Amino acid sequence: MATINFTDFEGQTRTVDATVGDSVMETAVRNGVTGIVGECGGSLSCATCHVFVAPEDFESLDPMGEMEDEMLYGTAVDREENSRLSCQIKMCEGQTLNVATPETQV
Amino acid sequence: MNTATLPSTGGAPAPAAGTATGLLIIGASQSGVQLAISLRALGYTGHITLLGDEDHRPYQRPALSKEFLQGKVGSESLIFRSNDYWVEHDITLVKGERIEDIDSNPDGSGIATGRSGARYPYTRLALTVGARPRRFEVPGSDLDGVVYLRNADDALKLKAIAPAATDVVVIGGGFIGLEAASSLQAMGKKVTVIEYGPRLVGRAVGEDTSAYFLEQHRARGLDIHLNARVSRIAGDGAVSSVHLESGEIIPAQIVLVGIGVIPNTQLGEQLGLEISNGIVVDEAAIASDGHTLVVGDVANMPNPVPGAPKGERIRLESVNNAVEHAKVAAYALMGQREAYAGIPWFWSNQADMKLQIAGLSMGFDSTVTREVPEKGKFTVLYYRAGQIIAADCVNAPLDFMAVKSALAAGKNIDPAAAADTDTMLKTLIS
Repeated sequence: MATINFTDFEGQTRTVDATVGDSVMETAVRNGVTGIVGECGGSLSCATCHVFVAPEDFESLDPMGEMEDEMLYGTAVDREENSRLSCQIKMCEGQTLNVATPETQV
Repeated sequence: MNTATLPSTGGAPAPAAGTATGLLIIGASQSGVQLAISLRALGYTGHITLLGDEDHRPYQRPALSKEFLQGKVGSESLIFRSNDYWVEHDITLVKGERIEDIDSNPDGSGIATGRSGARYPYTRLALTVGARPRRFEVPGSDLDGVVYLRNADDALKLKAIAPAATDVVVIGGGFIGLEAASSLQAMGKKVTVIEYGPRLVGRAVGEDTSAYFLEQHRARGLDIHLNARVSRIAGDGAVSSVHLESGEIIPAQIVLVGIGVIPNTQLGEQLGLEISNGIVVDEAAIASDGHTLVVGDVANMPNPVPGAPKGERIRLESVNNAVEHAKVAAYALMGQREAYAGIPWFWSNQADMKLQIAGLSMGFDSTVTREVPEKGKFTVLYYRAGQIIAADCVNAPLDFMAVKSALAAGKNIDPAAAADTDTMLKTLIS
């Protein structure tokens, strides 16, 4: 079991149980969390699953690859230091992750 | 009159007989799912029934030829929404049902009858019925081991027979053929691609991009035959080889056919809708009867790109179009006119090559190529009368994003400066 807290642009937080091994994007989309689109289904092609990871959680994640880094320059809301594409973050057993979603993904 | 429906097979309960029945969406596809979701987001209060002819919960297709085929993701990853989502949003799912007859009224309401005999009354109808693979007709094309790849059952069948095969022939050098060929090669198969035309992906990319993929795939070990004709598929019950008109015989235990799709216009024809390369719709995704919404691969729509020649029509086969077109239809059903948002885009992952296409290159008159061979990056920019209209980008997301933003903003990228790969395209948008 793992847990993700999604905080939207207006500050509303929704907590969703995640299956270990699933990505943050998959978890959000399957449960209808607004603020994450994931149009390409997680193949690192669309940059519509942009999230801001809470600074205290950011360091614990595996570092991003070059493609993700490049894709982040094309997000609808400009990237920040704690930006990630949520399709690239896989949940681990016992993990609790706090992410904020941008105002828009497209 | 019996208007009872079969028990729903997922999501919210079906409406009781005799009550207002709301929207019936035929086709539990990317566009059907998006239409249902967008309508709820816009506040549509009627009931929604999302009906599909497959025995699966609504799922995403793109990975079928790639990650799913290779066993990198499981079937659960392909599911669009949890069952709780459908229940909470009052959307009834019907699986494994094919609509065979529709009795429609002039006001857009009607009753659809399924193969099971169940009847589905509706006040408004949407067709998101997609397309089916074009069949390959040569002697032997009905042998065991000759397969197609459009839906989950196709992919499951291919996965089931793949372990016993050593040689695969892929007929068709388009996106599906090359994605599946790359996947099967990664699974250890010897793969031969047979393309009828003079170049790869001829329908979707320009000549330079075709040539790039040809060179790259050959360098990775795919055996690719261009301008090649299959005379017959040989085997005793199951396929054992593919015979070319040139006389060459290629061993194969699997023949995968990917030669394009045919839009599923049958229900549209039955409804008397205008048909021409799909079901003809207006800017609001409404068919010629003024009521039926038609969305996605099956719809022949006005070219949605800003600045496209007036009257030009197009039928797009893509996830992005299914999503954006469904949003247009959702607004239309809510009585609002909303323009198609964004620039059409496409992607295809083949081996370690990630192709992203922004815009539609038809009608281009010049190109600019950017290549960084040591990083595997390759971009072709397409121009019409000096204005950028599209780009094919391989492993070059920054180029893709720059072109997509320029097109969305109605801006240009100076072709004279764009060939310099040390210059970021983003800085040339003006």
